[in-house]
Amino acid sequence: MDTNLPMPSTLDALVQPDRARTTLYTDPAIFEAEMTRIFESSWVWVAHESEIPKPGDFKTAQVGRQPVIVVRDRKGAVHVHVNRCRHRAATVCEVHKGRTNSFVCPYHGWSYALDGSLRGVPYEKGYDGTLDKASLPLRSLRVETYAGLIFASFKADIMPLADWLGGARKWIDLFMKQGAGYPIVTQGEHRFRFPGNWKIQLENTTDAYHFPLVHRSFLTAADTETEESWDIMNKGGFVEDLGNGHSVMVMMPELVDLEEGLDAPIPERFAELAAELAKEHDDPTVRRIVRAVGGCGFNLNLFPNLGCSAAFFRVLQPISVDETEVRHVALGMQGGPAAANRARLRIHEFFQGPMGFGSPDDAEVWDRVQHGASGGPELWLMINRGLSHEEALPDGHRRSDVSAETGMRAAYGQWKRMMEG
Amino acid sequence: MDMPITGNAAMAAADATNTLTPITLTPITLAEAMEFAWLEADLLDHAEYEAWLALWTPDARYVVPIEPGATDFENTLNYAYDDHAMREKRVQRLTSGQSVSASPVARTVRSLSRFRLLNADAAGCALRCSQMLTEFRRGRERFYAADVEFRLVRAAGGLRIERKVVRLINSTEALRGIGYIL
Repeated sequence: MDTNLPMPSTLDALVQPDRARTTLYTDPAIFEAEMTRIFESSWVWVAHESEIPKPGDFKTAQVGRQPVIVVRDRKGAVHVHVNRCRHRAATVCEVHKGRTNSFVCPYHGWSYALDGSLRGVPYEKGYDGTLDKASLPLRSLRVETYAGLIFASFKADIMPLADWLGGARKWIDLFMKQGAGYPIVTQGEHRFRFPGNWKIQLENTTDAYHFPLVHRSFLTAADTETEESWDIMNKGGFVEDLGNGHSVMVMMPELVDLEEGLDAPIPERFAELAAELAKEHDDPTVRRIVRAVGGCGFNLNLFPNLGCSAAFFRVLQPISVDETEVRHVALGMQGGPAAANRARLRIHEFFQGPMGFGSPDDAEVWDRVQHGASGGPELWLMINRGLSHEEALPDGHRRSDVSAETGMRAAYGQWKRMMEG
Repeated sequence: MDMPITGNAAMAAADATNTLTPITLTPITLAEAMEFAWLEADLLDHAEYEAWLALWTPDARYVVPIEPGATDFENTLNYAYDDHAMREKRVQRLTSGQSVSASPVARTVRSLSRFRLLNADAAGCALRCSQMLTEFRRGRERFYAADVEFRLVRAAGGLRIERKVVRLINSTEALRGIGYIL
C-alpha cells in the first residue's frame, strides 16, 4: 500500500508542532502506511509475563495487521510467531489463551513446535523429498522484555528495547511498585471497540483536560475521597515528553512513588480493607498494600500501543482507519492477599470496560471525534494546549502542566518521524 | 396483571391484612417466575428504574461476567458486579444527564424466552432463560444475545431477585460501550 503513502513533503502539511490534519483519522491510505511504517517498525507490546507463566502457555495477539501467538517454549524462552501456517496461510491457533505442546494447522495438519519449527507434515512423501522443513518455521518476531512487559518487533534491526523505552523506563519501574512487594499479575481484561481511529485513544491516555468533564458521572458516583483524589486539574501535576513518542501524565503527585509516604493516614475508603489485611499482616505491610491498591498517580503512554494507566494496562489495537479495539487489563498482586486483589477488581470494574462508569463515556466522545472528523480535511486538530508555558528540562525532555497536550505533541512527533521512514 | 392465585398472591393478601395467619406456600411455579422476569425486563426497557431497584433483595448481586462458566464472581473480573449501592449509582448515571454515553440512554427492546425452572421450592427458585436485546442509539442498532440466570426468592409482597447473572454469548470478545442495564 506504500504507493499511496504521503510523501515526506506532505507530512509537514499533515502534522505541525501544534496541530494535525483530521485526515490522520480518516484516510485509509495513511492507515495502511501506519501499519507498515509504525506497527511493523516499532516495539509493540504483546503480553505481560504473568499471562504465560509456564512452558507451553500461550496467548494470541496482534501486531499491526498481523495475528501473532505469544508462547513460552519448553526451556522458558518467549517467542512471538506470526499466526499463519507456512503452507497455505491458515491460522494455526484461534484460542485466546491456553497451554499446548504444539500448534497444528487445521487445514492439512502441518504441526509446529512451540519455538515455531515445522515438525510434522502429513503424507510428506508427496513432496518427493523436496520439502525443506527447516526453512519453513512459523515466522518469528524479535522479542524483548522489560519489567515483565513483553514486546515484539517485525523490524530485525530495531534498536534494543531498553533504548526504545529510554526515558520511560523509570516510570515503568515506578508503575510496577503497585505490586506492593508482590509480582504484578494480570487479573483478566475488558475488551471493547469504538468506531474511531486508534490515535484518538492514544491521545486520550495523557489527556487530563477531558477528565473532569467527560467523567463527571464517575466522579459523582465515587465516594468523596475518590472524587477529591481525582481533582487532577488542581493538584500540580504535569505532562512530560519522554522521547520516542512516549509521555507521562502525572495526575496525583502524591502517588508517584508508592513506596514513599507510607506513614500517611490510611484513607477512609480503604479502612475496611486495612482492617481485613491487619488480621494476617503487620502494620508496615498493610500500609504498603493499601497504598498500592488503587494504583499509581500517573498514566504512562508508550508509543504506539500500551498505556500503563494508573492501575491497569490499556492496550490499543487498530482494526481499520475508523475502528479500534481497546483492552483494559486488570492487574493484581501475585500471591498477595485475596482481599486486596478483590478491591482492585472492583475498582477496575467501576471505571473500566464496556459497562464501567468511565469507558463508555470515553468511547462516546471518541466516536464523536471520528464522526466530526469524517466531514472533511480542511480544519485542523489543535494540540497546542500548554505549549506556551512548556519548558525544557535539563535532560531535554519537555514538560508542561497536567492538562497540556504535550503527550499528543510527543506522539505526533514520533508518528511523523516514523512515517517519514 | 392477571396472576394465578398462588402462594405469592396469597402472601401479598396476607400482608395487606397484616395477619399472622400461617399460609401453606406451594413451590414457585414456572409461570410465576416467568412473569416476574418479564416484569423486570419491561421495567428496564421502559426506564422505570425506581420500580426496578425495588425488585431486589438488599444483599442481591447483579452480575455480567466475562468468562463463560464463571461462578466465583467476587474473585473474578466482571463487566458488572453490582450490589445495591452500585445498582443505585448505575441508575443515577442513567438519569442524571451527566454521562455523555447515557444522554440519552439507548432505547432497548429485550425478549426473554426459553424459560426453564432449574429448581424451585416455596422459598425460592433458579430460573434460566434466553435474552435477545436490541439497542438503538444515535442511528445505530446493536444486538446482544445472552443466557440470563435468576435466583428468585419469595418475600413479603412477591418475588424478589437475589441474583441475576447475564452471560453474554460474546462476553470474551470485544463489546461496544453498553450505557444501559443488560
